[in-house]
Amino acid sequence: MTTAEPQAQKTTVTVTVDGVTFEAQPGELVIKAAQEHGVYIPRFCWHERMEPVGMCRMCLVEIEGGRGYPPACTTPVADGMVVHTQTDAVKQIQDGVLEFLLINHPLDCPVCDRGGECPLQDQTLAFGPGESRFVEEKRHFPKPIPLSELVLLDRERCIQCARCIRFADEIAGDVLIDFVDRGDRMQVLNFEEQPFDSYFSGNTVQICPVGALTASQYRFRARPWDLSTVETSCTTCSMHCRGAVQSSSNRLVRLLAVDSEPVNHGWLCDKGRYGLEWVHSEHRLIEPQVRDGGVWSEVSWPDALDRAADAIETAKELHGADAIAVLGGARGTNEDAYVWSVLAKGVIGTDNVDAQLGDGLPAEFVLGMERAEIADLDRARAIVVLDHDLRDEVPVLFLRLRRAVLELGVPLVDLAPAAHGLSAHAAVIARTVPGEPLAANVHDEISRACEGRQGRVVVVVGRGNLAAAADSIVGAAAELARVHDVRFLSALRRGNVHGALDAGLAPGFLPGRTTLDAGRAWFTDQWGGVPAERGLDAEGILRAAADGKIRVLVLVGADPVSDFPDATLARRAIDAVDTIIAVDGFESESTKRAEVFLPCTLWGEKAGTVTNLEGRVQRVGRKVAPEGTAMDDWRIAAELALRLGRDLDLATVDEVTDEIARVAPAFAGVTSELVKSARDGAVLPVAGHLDEIVLRTGELSIMADDGSGTSWDPIKVHGEAPEEPADESEVTAHVDAPALHVWDRRAPQPEAPARDAYALRLVVGRALYDDGRLVSETPLLQRLVRDPDLRVHPSDLARIGVDSGGQVKVTSTRGSQVVAVRADAGVPAGIACMDFSADALGAALLVDAGQPVVDLRVESLR
Amino acid sequence: MTETRIVTKRLRDRPDDSWTIDGALASGAYEQLRAVLAKGDTADVQEQVKLSGLRGRGGAGFPTAQKWSFLPPDSFPRYLVVNADEGEPSTFKDRMLLERDPHQLVEGIAISSYSVKCNVAYVYVRGEFALGYERLARAIDDARAKGFLGRDILGSGFDCDIVVHRGAGAYICGEETALLESLEGSQGMPRIRPPFPAIEGLYAKPTVVNNVETLSTVPHIVRMGGEEYAKLGVNRSTGTRIFSVSGHVNQPGNYEVELGMTFRDLLYGLAGGVRENRKIKFFIPGGASSQWLTGSDEHLDAPLDMDFVQQTFGVMLGSGAIMVYDETVDPVLIAWRLAKFFAHESCGKCTPCREGTGWIEKVLYRMSHGLGRPADLDLLVDVGGNISPGVVNAPFVQTTICPLGPSAVSCIASLNKFFRDEVLERLRNDAGAHA
Amino acid sequence: MSFFDESNVAKAKEILARYPRPKSAILPLAHLAQDQNGWLSPEAMEQIADLTGTTPADVLGTCSFYTMLKRRPCGKFVVSVCTNVTCLVTGGPEVLDHLEARYASEPDVTVEEVECLAACDGAPALQVNYEFHERVSPSSAVEIVEGYRSGTRRARTVSGATVA
Ligand SMILES: Cc1cc2nc3c(=O)[nH]c(=O)nc-3n(C[C@H](O)[C@H](O)[C@H](O)COP(=O)(O)O)c2cc1C
Ligand code: SF4
Ligand code: FES
Repeated sequence: MTTAEPQAQKTTVTVTVDGVTFEAQPGELVIKAAQEHGVYIPRFCWHERMEPVGMCRMCLVEIEGGRGYPPACTTPVADGMVVHTQTDAVKQIQDGVLEFLLINHPLDCPVCDRGGECPLQDQTLAFGPGESRFVEEKRHFPKPIPLSELVLLDRERCIQCARCIRFADEIAGDVLIDFVDRGDRMQVLNFEEQPFDSYFSGNTVQICPVGALTASQYRFRARPWDLSTVETSCTTCSMHCRGAVQSSSNRLVRLLAVDSEPVNHGWLCDKGRYGLEWVHSEHRLIEPQVRDGGVWSEVSWPDALDRAADAIETAKELHGADAIAVLGGARGTNEDAYVWSVLAKGVIGTDNVDAQLGDGLPAEFVLGMERAEIADLDRARAIVVLDHDLRDEVPVLFLRLRRAVLELGVPLVDLAPAAHGLSAHAAVIARTVPGEPLAANVHDEISRACEGRQGRVVVVVGRGNLAAAADSIVGAAAELARVHDVRFLSALRRGNVHGALDAGLAPGFLPGRTTLDAGRAWFTDQWGGVPAERGLDAEGILRAAADGKIRVLVLVGADPVSDFPDATLARRAIDAVDTIIAVDGFESESTKRAEVFLPCTLWGEKAGTVTNLEGRVQRVGRKVAPEGTAMDDWRIAAELALRLGRDLDLATVDEVTDEIARVAPAFAGVTSELVKSARDGAVLPVAGHLDEIVLRTGELSIMADDGSGTSWDPIKVHGEAPEEPADESEVTAHVDAPALHVWDRRAPQPEAPARDAYALRLVVGRALYDDGRLVSETPLLQRLVRDPDLRVHPSDLARIGVDSGGQVKVTSTRGSQVVAVRADAGVPAGIACMDFSADALGAALLVDAGQPVVDLRVESLR
Repeated sequence: MTETRIVTKRLRDRPDDSWTIDGALASGAYEQLRAVLAKGDTADVQEQVKLSGLRGRGGAGFPTAQKWSFLPPDSFPRYLVVNADEGEPSTFKDRMLLERDPHQLVEGIAISSYSVKCNVAYVYVRGEFALGYERLARAIDDARAKGFLGRDILGSGFDCDIVVHRGAGAYICGEETALLESLEGSQGMPRIRPPFPAIEGLYAKPTVVNNVETLSTVPHIVRMGGEEYAKLGVNRSTGTRIFSVSGHVNQPGNYEVELGMTFRDLLYGLAGGVRENRKIKFFIPGGASSQWLTGSDEHLDAPLDMDFVQQTFGVMLGSGAIMVYDETVDPVLIAWRLAKFFAHESCGKCTPCREGTGWIEKVLYRMSHGLGRPADLDLLVDVGGNISPGVVNAPFVQTTICPLGPSAVSCIASLNKFFRDEVLERLRNDAGAHA
Repeated sequence: MSFFDESNVAKAKEILARYPRPKSAILPLAHLAQDQNGWLSPEAMEQIADLTGTTPADVLGTCSFYTMLKRRPCGKFVVSVCTNVTCLVTGGPEVLDHLEARYASEPDVTVEEVECLAACDGAPALQVNYEFHERVSPSSAVEIVEGYRSGTRRARTVSGATVA
């Protein structure tokens, strides 16, 4: 809100709750306003992120001058309102409601997952009469029934607050559970054989105020009092939802969502929430290994590091620094990425470095576009989606988008290649055809959607199609950049890809969003040297490798054979390289042939910072000690640098963070101290909006301090804006630091061949449950992977002459495959959609990175 | 002591064809609609309804003209929803009006729609009313064929159509906001108010919900003029109402009487008195939700005046159902059966009603089947107080979303008020028998 | 695969056209499905979800709220006997007990206890497929049911659709 204009009218209302008088926003609910001013009104059904329903009746209060006892959760404040929450009458009502909730409750707290963190239990302890006045038979239901693979339901414990049902409907849009039957027989249920398969189902377990919903993963694993907790960010995708990770006996057992206003609103997706088990997988490699005569053997760290450094040094001497390439780095922390950047560019001197594996967008665009923040979606003039299905790519961003469109009424312009979870709510739909420019009337349509609205247009842009060159997306973005007051929000999905790009893990870039050329002098000063010329991106590196020009390939948590869209090219490259040095937690298709394997720590085992898709730097926490002797990636890089003759003089992760803040221009001011005290992290670059950074005042608490039992609510960390924002001049102190890169908005000309009538143009996106390591090493999630099938418009299916579900042979320039085909009216005619998956069934063997688009011939098998 | 037949006139006069279009037209149907449209003054209808003092016949007795006046003046579309869900135990007047005089209702709907400027009305008919549904649907088709419904009614430029929607077995759908939920295809669970239906009702549009009898009265108010209508009745209870009398009377049935008549005249005069000349032990004056009265002179001589009985005895005329029980009846058994009804019909949305009605039913079951304990009556009063604080001693309020939960407490309050000693003694005996 | 037969598909379209929001058609379509099939099968709910743009869970949630909608196969003749307060004191429970015993092993007749049918002046009352019968006794009630079974009595359809 601007404070510039003096307001004649009062914009707040004065409210008194239990004698405390304060100002509140008009329309705010009594329960929330009171809470914000220290009066906690007990509740079960109300949840801050959902519409109030007033069902449980626990929050009834007295309002002077009013009749009866209105629920605080459905009553908005009004000027002069005087509320009492502690009168005898109110207390009697609360006791009555509690007693009603307990008469049919099984009171099986000792064997309940929620025992120890249950508001019903807490309030019952406080309630009093030890003996129940209810002598009748309790309601019985068969004990836990699965609602899905992930969520179990114990109907006897349910208190009918509808939080789960409301979440599924209002927030996720997956109406797969509802109340069945009525009155005291009313129960939550899914439809017959249709399980509660929502990507967001785990949230219902967290917000259930009792132990009615439990997670199949966590069930009976631990008791709350055995757990220790650390606040962190989930890095399963690039959204970086805030969370609190918990462990017991040095194993990660649970990730809970923390409510971050700018990021995740208290939600997580199931992949992030349950994708913990891979860290402790028995397949994990946790000791360094080297290959001798084709045989792996475990060796000491010094031996392994010496071996790796020797290989690099030798290759550099014989073939020059350009014969060395580094792929990966998007999976670790900013500190990991930065030190690898120093090692590659400053110490080795190669610019053949890429954190993206041909599945992202050019760094020139991502690092230089005019950025939007996630929260800009809520107040946008319109939202343009230039990506595939966000629900699969960045699930919680999908929730934010869904809220902006459905709840806040922001018009959606849908430019995705095929229909997705939000298309039904789009104001404008103009399907993009891979390789072809945007429809000519897109600008008119956007103006039409924006009519009468204020704010910016936010374009959500991701790599919606792995089968088409990224150029066509950059071209479309350049076209959209002409829209008045437009901002871009990246939807690149890979864990910390934005942190890695910011750290300079891209050809032509140096840390802090500065180009090699612009930053040459500054970084030569800082590091002692930088590469002479722009190097190769992932595709270029793989091509060069396949041609025998790359002698040493360092894979930092990268598996190009499984992840690079064109698996054929990746396989040829890996087979042709002399020496592969792998920094990873697992053996993969790409690291099988490695000469040196250096085991690194994974999420949960390391601390540091990460940067999400809007450029927000937040902390990740270390909760468990690393398995075996696994080492942080940044430390591995520093050790290698030492062996290559450079002491980076970095002893702790905080020192790395501080060095980044000092040398990387976009990170100016983002010191370890700031990220530890900033409640919501800080969006890069922080200069110019320091006053928006909210500092934390309290520690994260899972149980509310007052024992009032808010534990099941998205956990809140309190904070307040600093009174004296830090001096901006301090932040921009490095006067000679290079300027930040700005995207030149140039539109590459897509030169795709015209579509022919017999071929279908391929669109390849990722499913949430892909065959990545996190999923394949988490058995629970592994079961949810769906077989990739080919989705085509019903008319195309008819033309091919098979039934939905039948098998077809598809042929691209890369080869042929047999896949199942399915009719999908959301796919435009002439297009075929397929999930990316590296195994023989997926699209990876059809994609040809050398072609701007992939056209498929599809034949029935008969 | 006679009936004053206004709303029931046609169906009494023409027992063989009152529901047909020909029978209805032969007895003056649609003449008021024609007159209203000819006059073309929507405000005038509202004014006449206001002058008539008409209060809702569905149960709450809210002034009809006032309810209409809550509609925001320039918000369209808006809907008129007709409550034909009649489920209040022992109420059977709306069913009669649907089956025997659907054209009167259609005319009332058309006039009222014109008056409140609505073009589509929905009639929510109780699912079990097969004949009523058929006759109403037929009446609508016939009326449309004659130009009394549809586009440009009688050349007036006014469009109005009626959609009949059938319930499927849930008493709570008689509650107006639950009805709207049900009409929208959801569980019939009452909504939190505000917003009130007049502001955000059906499909979140301004909506008026009125009872069948209420709307069936409107053509007569137009015919008589509001002032004339208001001369009937007593105090703020103007006009006539149909009372459904059942139980141990000799002539159970629907009686349309001028308000202000005494219970005695209605029960003894019109309904023929109690079978075998027994005494009335107690009667329930306003449907199952109401508290009870007894066969005492004080109660029998009270007038049928909504405000009087409310203020004097804490009972309501509600839906106009009167259940009469003679001395042979066990009040605990009746209380249990009513409690069973409310437990079965609780929608389950709010805690006190969902859990409390079931609890009450279980305790009353024991009490009425010889398994009671001495403390049970006070337990019931206390549990009842948690659903409806003050129900035993007014002012009564509710902890629930809608009045269904508190309705289940009425029988407890009545047992405690009129039969406390009798019940306690019995509980002591029962407990002794099981000791 | 369509659950509704051809004429009912047409009828369903007509029903949907009555409402500004298709979800409103759930109850009428459920009645239609029961008229066609005798009960509300999962297949029926799936098609209703399809027609109304909702989900099967949504349809299940709504339909399970209402006692007239049967989620298990039931008899061709549904006999609903009121035992609420007026029928209670005039013999309703006796009629119910008698019918339950009489038809315990007759799958084509489902006897159920129901709440007040709004026929208290004719108590005790019952319905056979929602046709009213008043002032019944245990023996007359059986006669009435037998009338339906033998075809001398016929009930209307609930949905208002004509069923062959
Ligand atoms: C539990 C409950 C059941 C009700 N059932 C009916 C009913 O069956 N018919 C009816 O007209 N009103 C019923 N009402 C009253 C309605 O909510 C509403 O007040 C009425 O339809 C308004 O119409 P009126 O103003 O014309 O009376 C019921 C109310 C409650 C709380
Ligand atoms: S009082 Fe009963 S019927 Fe009314 S909303 Fe609450 S649970 Fe539903
Ligand atoms: S009724 Fe307000 S929190 Fe449940």
